[in-house]
Amino acid sequence: MMEEAKTPLTWNQHLDAPSSPRESRFRESWRLFRSNRLAISGFVIFLAFLCVALAGLFLTSGTQPRFDPAVVRLQEKLRPPLSVPNMEALAPEELPALGIYLFGTDNLGRDVFSRMLQGAWVSLTVGFVAVGISVLIGIFMGGLAGYFGQNNIRSGHALGVLFMGTGFVLTGIGMWIASFLFFAAAAGLFLASVMYGPGRRPAPGKAPFLALLFLPVMTVDTLIMRIVDIMLCFPSFFLILTVVAILPASMYNIMIIIGLTSWMGAARFVRAEFLSLREQDFVTAAKALGVGKFRIIFRHMMPNALGPVLVSATIGIASAILTEAGLSFLGFGVPPPHATWGNILSDGKRFIFDAPWLTFIPGIAILIVVLSFNLFGEGLRDILNPKLRERT
Amino acid sequence: MLSFISRSIVQKTVTLFFVSIVSFLIIHLAPGKPSQIDPLNPKFTPEILERFQKEFHLDKPLYVQYVLFYKGLFTGKTVSWKDNQSVLKKIWIRFLNSLPLFIVGTLLTWTLSFPLGIRSAIHRGGIFDRTTTFFSYLLISIPGFFFAYVLIIFVVTHFHVPVIGMETFGLGATSWPPVAMDRVWHLLLPSVLGATGGIAILSRYVRSQMMEVEGQDYVRTAVAKGLPPEQVHYKHALRNALLPFATMFGLILPGLIGGSVIIESIFSWPGMGRMAYEAILARDYPIILTVNFISAVLVLAGTFLSDLLYLLVDPRIRL
Repeated sequence: MMEEAKTPLTWNQHLDAPSSPRESRFRESWRLFRSNRLAISGFVIFLAFLCVALAGLFLTSGTQPRFDPAVVRLQEKLRPPLSVPNMEALAPEELPALGIYLFGTDNLGRDVFSRMLQGAWVSLTVGFVAVGISVLIGIFMGGLAGYFGQNNIRSGHALGVLFMGTGFVLTGIGMWIASFLFFAAAAGLFLASVMYGPGRRPAPGKAPFLALLFLPVMTVDTLIMRIVDIMLCFPSFFLILTVVAILPASMYNIMIIIGLTSWMGAARFVRAEFLSLREQDFVTAAKALGVGKFRIIFRHMMPNALGPVLVSATIGIASAILTEAGLSFLGFGVPPPHATWGNILSDGKRFIFDAPWLTFIPGIAILIVVLSFNLFGEGLRDILNPKLRERT
Repeated sequence: MLSFISRSIVQKTVTLFFVSIVSFLIIHLAPGKPSQIDPLNPKFTPEILERFQKEFHLDKPLYVQYVLFYKGLFTGKTVSWKDNQSVLKKIWIRFLNSLPLFIVGTLLTWTLSFPLGIRSAIHRGGIFDRTTTFFSYLLISIPGFFFAYVLIIFVVTHFHVPVIGMETFGLGATSWPPVAMDRVWHLLLPSVLGATGGIAILSRYVRSQMMEVEGQDYVRTAVAKGLPPEQVHYKHALRNALLPFATMFGLILPGLIGGSVIIESIFSWPGMGRMAYEAILARDYPIILTVNFISAVLVLAGTFLSDLLYLLVDPRIRL
């Protein structure tokens, strides 16, 4: 009797229980990834590049590097790749670490292999840090526009920002008292906006002066998208070149500037994803459960919005490496004597017919690394494409 | 329609205003001044510095400089700090030099990428498709300056023609065919280089558009009712696949002033890009700002034009 009563119940339970997918998301992605040969090769090259760059960092830095990229051997200049060093002419500490010049030497007799090792780390960090900066800004701006986009910026906020900006300018000029007054006014405005937050705004007609501060100016979405439009108006390589030329030359400046001028794509992707995600049921459910805004954004929405950002970031790394190489080539990159692939090529261009390896080795290295990132990014795009998922 | 046009003109003017402010601030708030004295140069006395500053309003506050600069720009009176020549005239001369590169490059891009993209979409998965896919990735990834040197080595060693510069110096007054050939050789490499990236990207885009349309039901219907494949591909599918590209004509506009800094400096081509590069090196702010401003105008005009074209081409979009 009890058996009979129980069996239908479990049967029903079985029907109602959400059926788990046949394979987990990760396994499915991995299967799709493995079937994409170009993406696999891109990924493998990327891993190899990572190892080389890390090895390069450790082997070429320090006071007594194993591969010293800075040893100048003027009697051994422009030796072709794989040539054996002239033992009599060199002091023992000047001998290349491998016993031969694997990639030849440049016009100062420096070992190109060591210089390539040193340059690998520069390319890697510039690519990752620049894209990291741009993705962070992009996610922040896109998330703001996508989630809080409908909120209005009130005249009080605009006035506060204006006061604060004026304060900064006055501080820059040196008018301390005036700038302090402006800062105080800005702080007062923000305090007022917090005190009369949503739902507690002053009743109409009660405080006409305060009501003036609550006029809607524009939505957050409009503001951020106009900022994106403004940024897109600048010719990007020209802007980067201008700023890099004006600022003191350093690797960090280049990374920051490339990052600051390339976040617009990520912001647009995140905004578009957020706009569609925030209308979906699971977000409504989370809101109904009383989950906090930031938990909804970072725990529930962000993982679903990251796919296109990841793809554009991977391809962004490729273009950041190209941009850095282009800057180094024009002489605005990482200052010498530090080697980068771009400035090895740039130094070698004068010997293009006598020492073509100075052009071809860094050029092909950049080509392979950039190609691997592009292939990997395109592979990721295919994997994350839901249309492709359903079909297989 | 009219409301759309007026609204976007207002919007773009506001954007342009902010672009002008931001670019002005970036240039002027950066550390270092154009009037900095080189302590080793005996000709640069403080009196000259003062005259220089007065001449170019560098002693005035920033907002006055801003107003004066853009007033000068719109009345055509802005002069380069380096040689006191009119900025607009200088840009115009360089623009005329860059124009052939731009025209040939754009023609190459648009005439090559469509056949490539359409063919690889029709025969997708085939050997042609895979080859073009691989080559387009290769061309996207290759650094322009490296590719330039590879091409220079190839052309110079195999065809024995000079390629650097706009024309061979001292060719003189020979009859016109050699002169014309000389110009063509000089034009060829930089414009091919300028077009490679565009060809790779545009042909991929054509391919994906075409593939999307080929997957539509009406294309299947057309095949099912026994139409010849050419008619299906080129009449039914292609027309709809081409729709987004009508709008891309607008996006060519910014390329008019861009000019590639790297390619022009490798080939010693006296075009816009090189001028901008030299202006950056010399801290010639009027030229940098003017180039920036014109290119922003062209970007905005380009997006406006492409929106407008989309309206005209696609009957589904109504405002």
